[in-house]
Amino acid sequence: MREVAVIGIGMTKWGECWQKSLRDLFVEASLRAMDDAGLSQIESLYVGCMSGGLFNGQEHVGPLMADYLGAGPIPAVRVESACASGGVAFRQAYMEVASGMSDIVLAGGVEKMTDVDGSEATYALGTAADQEYESFHGITFPGLYALIAKVYMKKYGITNQDLASVAVKNHAHGVKNPNAQFQRAITVEEVLQSSMVADPLHLLDCSPITDGAAAVILCPMEKAKSLSKKKPVKILGSGHATDSIALHDRKQLEVFASATIAAKKAFSQAKIGIESVNLVEVHDCFSIAEICALESMGFFAPGQAGKAASQGLTALGGKLPVNVSGGLKSKGHPVGATGIAQIIELVEQLRGEAGQRQVANARIGLAQNMGGTAASSVVHILEAC
Amino acid sequence: MFPAKIWREFPQRYRLEAAKCKKCGKVFFPPRLVCNACSHREFEEIKLPWEGTLVSYTIIRTPPSAFSDQAPYAVGIIETIPGLQITCQIVDADLDKLHIGQKLLLEFRLIQKDGKQGVLCYGYKAVPIDAHNS
Ligand SMILES: [Zn+2]
Repeated sequence: MREVAVIGIGMTKWGECWQKSLRDLFVEASLRAMDDAGLSQIESLYVGCMSGGLFNGQEHVGPLMADYLGAGPIPAVRVESACASGGVAFRQAYMEVASGMSDIVLAGGVEKMTDVDGSEATYALGTAADQEYESFHGITFPGLYALIAKVYMKKYGITNQDLASVAVKNHAHGVKNPNAQFQRAITVEEVLQSSMVADPLHLLDCSPITDGAAAVILCPMEKAKSLSKKKPVKILGSGHATDSIALHDRKQLEVFASATIAAKKAFSQAKIGIESVNLVEVHDCFSIAEICALESMGFFAPGQAGKAASQGLTALGGKLPVNVSGGLKSKGHPVGATGIAQIIELVEQLRGEAGQRQVANARIGLAQNMGGTAASSVVHILEAC
Repeated sequence: MFPAKIWREFPQRYRLEAAKCKKCGKVFFPPRLVCNACSHREFEEIKLPWEGTLVSYTIIRTPPSAFSDQAPYAVGIIETIPGLQITCQIVDADLDKLHIGQKLLLEFRLIQKDGKQGVLCYGYKAVPIDAHNS
């Protein structure tokens, strides 16, 4: 297997983008990534997109994007793993380059979610759960994560304030990210006063509905310097794992076994220990998700991540900065694009180009992206060169 | 007339039919073709009891389209027999008094109306035992 580098990154400004279509968003992000790398042609294309069908009535998204990107008759395919679609698209591109099959591959992600109303969006996202044995009974994604939060709170005695602190921390980071949907600080009181979506999760515990796209360019490490002027960032490890589709089939609701296994695989490939990681992007689709993901990957012992945000451990400047991009919570969560945007944040940080969000001396970063209630998880470890 | 996608789930939704692995004894609801614990492919049909214990719950206040007329409503994960959990609504309950560990009965109820033709979909919902007695 060849070593692989990321040499180009690009994303759109995330938010409610009424003027822009699914294809506009993806092509804009892709062109930025190609410009960043200084390349005008790619050999292959992966598009992470959860549900072009339900959000936009558009399937067959791979060829659509290759066509509008003017990329010629290259292979192009949509990758779907619910909210982990982007991270899995990145892994597919990584494997294609690592295998020697192609040299220059674009991995992107997109979701255009505001073309449907709120309850239709809730339905579309709900299709990532077990349709016949979860969604059929009226449970939603905030509802499923609320079931996890209830169990965690009872087991470890954390408060609503501790949960809210995760959202507050990620919004404080998002203020410093010009591409974030909400560049706005919030307080614990605002979270607790926001409307209840699914007890104990308030509206501001939940990631928003977002339009957006993100793209990165991968190439073999040995060719990175000759292909691009940008400082390459090396992919040290990649892990991907699955778990039961239904949350109720888990013995411990608060443990994301797919994240545990994916992280273990990525660390074993990277040949580094968890203490080497300088910053982490985790899938904080809900405040509780950040807590469980950090514990499941081993960054905190069980029960210890619950108060990490309240204690300032996971803030920029803290012991382990988590979601310095603003996370899904403040940056936004166009589901198919999220996993790619996590990679972009790591690349900016490892290049030392993250501006006000820069984590001092960042050498190694980890991104964890998951689908459903962690029925799929994908973890990547990147290193500055 | 029920469409196929509704009637094929009748054994589970109407009768709580589950499958017990003939080799290792693990129970699956809904039934599966292969056991995820021992890879065995032969099962014995069993029925889950119409009762269980509340493992976790929430109150849905922002419902998906098909449930917009029902909100707010409680949904929980319920353990029916040791190691076998299901998800369903909890009804006829004081939402403020729900608690983890609570004993519940399962009852046959209307769940939702499916599609534009409004096909009535029935299945199991949980009810607190005290609500049932009163
Ligand atoms: Zn078995």
